[in-house]
Amino acid sequence: MTTDHPLTAPRVAGAIPAFRKLPQTRARAPSASSVRWGGYLGTILKGLGLAVFAFMLFGPLANLALWSVAERWYTPFKLPVTYGLRYWEVVFRPTGDAMSSLATSVSIACLTVVVALAVSVPAGYALARLKLPLRTLLMIVFLLPQAFPSVAIYINVARVFYTLGLTGTIPGVVLVHAAHGLVYSVWIAAAAFAAVDRDLELAARNIGASPLRTFFTITLPLAAPGIMASAIFVFLESLDEFTGTFFVGVPQVTTLPLLLYNASMGGNYQIASITALILLVPSVLFMLFIERFLKADVLSKVGQ
Amino acid sequence: MDHSAFPAIDIDRLHVSYGSQPVLHGVNLSVAAGEFIAILGSSGCGKTTLLRTIAGFQKATDGAIRLFGRDVVNMPPEKRGMAMMFQSYALWPHMTVLGNVGYGLRLRGIARDEIRQRVAAILKMLNLSGLEDRKVTNLSGGQRQRVALGRALAIEPEILLLDEPLSNLDAKVRIQLRSEIKSLQNRLGFTAIHVTHDREEAMTMADRIVVMDAGRIAQIGSPKEVFDHPSSPFVASFMGAENTIALDVRPAADGVEVSVENGRSASWNGSGVMGPVTAYFRDDVASLDDPDALIDGSIILPGRITQRTYPGGHYRYVVAIKDRHFTVTDDRYHELDRAVGLRLPLASLHLFPTLETPGETHA
Repeated sequence: MTTDHPLTAPRVAGAIPAFRKLPQTRARAPSASSVRWGGYLGTILKGLGLAVFAFMLFGPLANLALWSVAERWYTPFKLPVTYGLRYWEVVFRPTGDAMSSLATSVSIACLTVVVALAVSVPAGYALARLKLPLRTLLMIVFLLPQAFPSVAIYINVARVFYTLGLTGTIPGVVLVHAAHGLVYSVWIAAAAFAAVDRDLELAARNIGASPLRTFFTITLPLAAPGIMASAIFVFLESLDEFTGTFFVGVPQVTTLPLLLYNASMGGNYQIASITALILLVPSVLFMLFIERFLKADVLSKVGQ
Repeated sequence: MDHSAFPAIDIDRLHVSYGSQPVLHGVNLSVAAGEFIAILGSSGCGKTTLLRTIAGFQKATDGAIRLFGRDVVNMPPEKRGMAMMFQSYALWPHMTVLGNVGYGLRLRGIARDEIRQRVAAILKMLNLSGLEDRKVTNLSGGQRQRVALGRALAIEPEILLLDEPLSNLDAKVRIQLRSEIKSLQNRLGFTAIHVTHDREEAMTMADRIVVMDAGRIAQIGSPKEVFDHPSSPFVASFMGAENTIALDVRPAADGVEVSVENGRSASWNGSGVMGPVTAYFRDDVASLDDPDALIDGSIILPGRITQRTYPGGHYRYVVAIKDRHFTVTDDRYHELDRAVGLRLPLASLHLFPTLETPGETHA
């Protein structure tokens, strides 16, 4: 295998002119005007489809944004009665719940990433490199937590954690989040390691590098983009996680999603909207990162 | 250090299996220090497995590998003190040229400045001066393989292993790099084992050629020995003698008498196998002559010219002898369909006793 990745983009671009030529083939020979009308209709349909999609995507977001600046809004009014930033001030007040929940959420997410990586880097390497007899079975084990209804699992986890004194503590919540995040991180890490050509490691061993040194100077740097992407997934999943936190963390540990839940249950849609918007920021930022980090050759190996 | 008492590499009854599938069936090979050995064979013959077992990437199931008298068969690759060039280059894409070539030196705890100096000297030797800070992904194939050679030579290995390193390069670069590797080997004196399926590459680079067939060594010898005196039909046809005819050799008063079905028998003062034999020969051994010529030491097979081409310098003819076709070159122009004699000098044929297998085609 060579080290450069064939770019898929030019191939896709090259396919488009060929596709455009299709209606012009002699066999069909439609009249010029029908081609044009077909073209217009296609464009309109595409535009409509895009508009519906955009509305489904951005409609709820617009509603959130509106609620976050609505100081008073009640029926029968279609739009808020008074606008203002009063609730933003409440949320960002240093003594406010939101700020401390944000800090809790972010620290839990960071710890979760550390725990998940500590497991997924060695596990991913082993799954990618070693000829484990139960390789497929092991991969499925990491998927299992996703297969069962999460509420049923978390109730039992909460019971077990209670006897261990882990309920209502940050380590307890981190463990729950990590178990959940490992699904992604182990699979992605295994794919990232599998994408590193074996000869690249052997070349290092061959001129005198120990297995450990080879791993840290060759394998890990080459798999780093994939590992990084898996870390980001885990971080986002943790930030967003509700059910597990609810069963294991309450009432001592309050993360942003829990605050959001409490606020919206209490009818305080402004606080809930603002919290939701805050939650959105890291997701969008990290998705932009992931797009840069995860290359096609890594993605194609996920689950293999 | 005084290694002279021991061969650089001594392989003793080496067995290697992939799972339950045996790949090498007891390979014996001794390589003197400073020698250039080419391992030649078709794909799947075990030549790459042999090289990877010497490097330590593949576990041996039985046998010994001794480097300068020291058994390394259970030693991890990093302790064996060799360097290898890979078919895929195996350069590290996240490092610069300096990082790649200097990696082995960094492992040996050499100071940063000295690494830079030594790498610069190596790059100069390989005509890569000034490329230290270039990303290896921005280099051409030939440059990449030179960097890989530099990375291997930087640790001043006593043994260099070459795993078809030239097969991904285009013809011109390949021939150039071939002579560069050879002259570097002469200058630096390392022992080299070169795995290849390219006969010409093996012939031009190696002091000795090892021909492998199905996990066993078929023949070891100098390029001339292997080419002129193949020890088996397999080696003969692998070295290019792919045409065969059946002959019958009988003792005569003055040497032997060789007869061929449908052709004239010839007396020959050579010696060797008797009885029914199969002769293997290369295209360039045959020549055109009169169909009824009688030449001592050569047999003449009467046939007809069915095709003529002019590749430049000489004509190339296809001669049909019964239902078989042979290619022969000749300086003179002949008309198509002309009756000619295909002359085969007996001294240039490789004769092996005919195996008692049905289905053997006879000329």
